Amino acid sequence: MKRLVLLGMLLFPLPLVAGNATGKVLYDQNCAVCHGYDGHGGVGVPLALPAFLSTVSNDFLFSTIRNGRPGRVMPAFRNLSDRQISAIVRYIRSWQPGSEPRDSAVTIRGDMIRGGKLFKKYCASCHGDRAQGSPGTGVTFSRPRNLPIMAPALNNSGFLKAASNAMLLRTITQGRKGTPMPSAASMGLKQKDIHDIIAWLRHFEKRHASRKQEKESPVIVQESSYDLKTTVNNVKQAARGKNFRIIRVQYLDQGLVEPGKEDRRKVIIYFCNFNLLNKALALDPRVGLFLPCRVTVIEHKGRVKVVSINPTMLSHLFNNEELDRMCKEMKQTYMEIIEEATL
Amino acid sequence: MRNLARNCLGGLLLMLLSGVAMAGTGRILMVRSPQMFPETMITLQNTIRKFGYKISRVQRVDIGLTKSGYKTDRYRVVFFGKAGEVRKIANRYPQLAAYLPMKISLFAEGRETIVLAADPMMLTRVVDAQALRPILRRWSSDLQKILEIVRKSDD
Repeated sequence: MKRLVLLGMLLFPLPLVAGNATGKVLYDQNCAVCHGYDGHGGVGVPLALPAFLSTVSNDFLFSTIRNGRPGRVMPAFRNLSDRQISAIVRYIRSWQPGSEPRDSAVTIRGDMIRGGKLFKKYCASCHGDRAQGSPGTGVTFSRPRNLPIMAPALNNSGFLKAASNAMLLRTITQGRKGTPMPSAASMGLKQKDIHDIIAWLRHFEKRHASRKQEKESPVIVQESSYDLKTTVNNVKQAARGKNFRIIRVQYLDQGLVEPGKEDRRKVIIYFCNFNLLNKALALDPRVGLFLPCRVTVIEHKGRVKVVSINPTMLSHLFNNEELDRMCKEMKQTYMEIIEEATL
Repeated sequence: MRNLARNCLGGLLLMLLSGVAMAGTGRILMVRSPQMFPETMITLQNTIRKFGYKISRVQRVDIGLTKSGYKTDRYRVVFFGKAGEVRKIANRYPQLAAYLPMKISLFAEGRETIVLAADPMMLTRVVDAQALRPILRRWSSDLQKILEIVRKSDD
């Protein structure tokens, strides 16, 4: 009972703590890991850019935090209250006080078909043919890439929900200084052209399908027809056949127990295709969490089993559609290696 | 029942008070260390050991990439665990061996370092056994505490 009272005392002030927490505390806890403590970007896009803050409204920031960008890395923060999100928005705005633009309702009367053609001509080289954005994450300090900042997915349901017509009009008109985004005038685009492009972007609102998460197991398991030693050799051979380099073979508890005392019935085969790894890291530097590639062979109750992670299921953790596609291919590769090694 | 309530409340408190971000749609535990990569690596390894785990090896992802001709900043994966626990779980639930031992990835981001791990509670999607939950909950709690210490390390 005393423990419950103590826990009650500890828990009771929490809502007050959360309610009084400054935007900075909430930002540091929830946003800084991706966007940086000072908003310079990282896995997330840079937020402290004056040209960004002067073109987006507080409503845009609020909606972005609340709904995220489905399939485009930025998660939806459903766990935060409206008050907490507003505090974060105020903190972000404090980097450039008075920068919030005054949004008035803008009605777009554009030619969608012409807008699509203009988009392909002037915008698609960065934003993609279908406005799907450039691959990768916000800004990458860790490896070279084509664009210094990930071009946003303008067809994304989260983006279109957050972005007002006024904001789109302003951004295309002014461009974004400090990013590759040029102003409309510098590209020779007139006001009518911009309206046409926005009309084309808006048509994605009706077409966007929600991103489904497949209910899959996080592991791939297959029983082997061979003994442990043969299965291990088969896995190595099959992995090599798929252009992977065997980088290490070790016992599961190797390094955790004294040398010579390892459980020799559990063997890990690590392998890597560095070209594939480089591509995956360019799409999302966090993917190393599930690398290097490995298959584990286990002798259990007289049977030999081969187990591996399921990349398809894991890619959903990253909210990155580009990575989903790659992980789907990777799952197929894992299954082929395991099948070849066990049957 | 009392233990279950204690564990649940402990986890809730940890989540509410720590700055460990739960990124994405699932369970990635992720922090930004204000320290540069080498200092973060030292802090991380020392902290892992303080929690009673043994580091089994460090995978130098960046070395493999640069040797193959790709450009990358520093990127490592630290594997760790407690021998008894790893053996016990792998013996009882062999399908979980794919995720053992635990690991934390870290990569340089300018003068700071990103440190991340998958939440072990994710493994309840593979095996949802009552006997397994306490240990996964403790691993999850330890990981969050380790990452929080790394996040608050001095620059």
